[in-house]
Amino acid sequence: MAKKIIDAKGSFCPGPLMELIAGMKAAQVGDELEVLSTDKGSANDIPEWVKKVGHEFIETREEGGVWHVLVRKAK
Amino acid sequence: MKILIVGGGMGGTILANNLARRLHGELKSGKARIIMLSASDRHMYQPGLLYVAVGRMTPDELYRDQASLLEPGIEFHVDPVTEFHFAKNQVNAQSGKSYDYDVLVIATGSRPMMASIPGLAENAETFYTEETAVKMFKALRNFEGGRVVITVGVPHKCPMAPLEITFMLNDYFKDRGIRDKVQLHYTYPIGRVHSLENVAKWAAPEFDRMGITYETLFNMKEVDGANKVLKSEEGSETKYDLLIAIPAHKGMEVLEKAGFQNGWVPTNRATLHMEGEHGKNVLVVGDTTNLPISKAGSTAHFEAEVIAENLAAVVKMGAPVRDYDGKVFCFIQAGKERATYAMFNYTTPPSPQPPTRAVHWFKTAYNKLYWTSARGLL
Repeated sequence: MAKKIIDAKGSFCPGPLMELIAGMKAAQVGDELEVLSTDKGSANDIPEWVKKVGHEFIETREEGGVWHVLVRKAK
Repeated sequence: MKILIVGGGMGGTILANNLARRLHGELKSGKARIIMLSASDRHMYQPGLLYVAVGRMTPDELYRDQASLLEPGIEFHVDPVTEFHFAKNQVNAQSGKSYDYDVLVIATGSRPMMASIPGLAENAETFYTEETAVKMFKALRNFEGGRVVITVGVPHKCPMAPLEITFMLNDYFKDRGIRDKVQLHYTYPIGRVHSLENVAKWAAPEFDRMGITYETLFNMKEVDGANKVLKSEEGSETKYDLLIAIPAHKGMEVLEKAGFQNGWVPTNRATLHMEGEHGKNVLVVGDTTNLPISKAGSTAHFEAEVIAENLAAVVKMGAPVRDYDGKVFCFIQAGKERATYAMFNYTTPPSPQPPTRAVHWFKTAYNKLYWTSARGLL
């Protein structure tokens, strides 16, 4: 199982969630994906989508204005 | 210095022309060479496909001969690249020839992937190629009423396209006098109607005003053509009579073959160099990058200007002069007679203004002025 970083800092369009959706399609089941975002909204909208679609939300932490949102592809 | 540009689309062409102007003397003296390899002898104004799909432009208006757009001194060959050999500073092309370089610029663009969703290619209309845009227009002409569903793949090219085609369809059916017989239903992958929060805040009330329904957090999973049902990854379903797709895109196959996932080249967001051990003399422009910014013509345009300025400075002074700041400028066609725009970069979000006729006419003019942009003049 791999861990992939999706660097979406400064991404207003398509934005961090859209980057994650694209990254999820390219990932394998079990892979961890860590989204880096400068949009604090990512702390809410990424877990919301991950839950709705049935992947696994692991954690969110903020370091120096960058939100790190860690999820796992579950299906 | 031999500069090889692979790709003759918007990014490659603006770069080549801008650079040729800056290096006029060096090209003449032989100190620098600019070589462009393209897959086609024609250049398409891709944003025009939206208008073809709703009968507001014809395909012939979208093309110019590529050679006619290029500055004298640019060596142009229609010879698509088949293999990249970064360690050898060389590419192989379809003709069997190899081309070596001191600096390589990859500007090969992206391609729509209707086949990435089961049932989509067979059952949906789209407008990302001349053929599909004309086919979509004919389907619209024959449509007499029912439920039109707009669906959006990820990642897609031209982030304004989902909104624009929806607004254009609203006006198209109004003009035909059948808007009351058409239900427009918009779906979108994330939790609002557009990636840009300020654009979404403007567009959602516009949809409400126009009677356009919408469902967010909807990512296409498959199309059941027999029952005319679109299913989402999130578990929901929606019926359609006419399905319009903004498909997911990928980078070009030759780059997938070279080992880049989905054909997107990992790129430094500031210098636009390819990441990795062979990236020092390789630059990437436009849709081809893996940067988390819009795959749009303006992105390619602004990146190309930075690369041209930097390469010219390297030739003349031995060092680049500036970084790309993530600048993007997107027109938003808000129906057949109104438009607005969004401008933003890595640090500043856009604040779009209400659409006006004036911006629409500027966009209409830009559809022609584009050819001066491609020539590196505007």
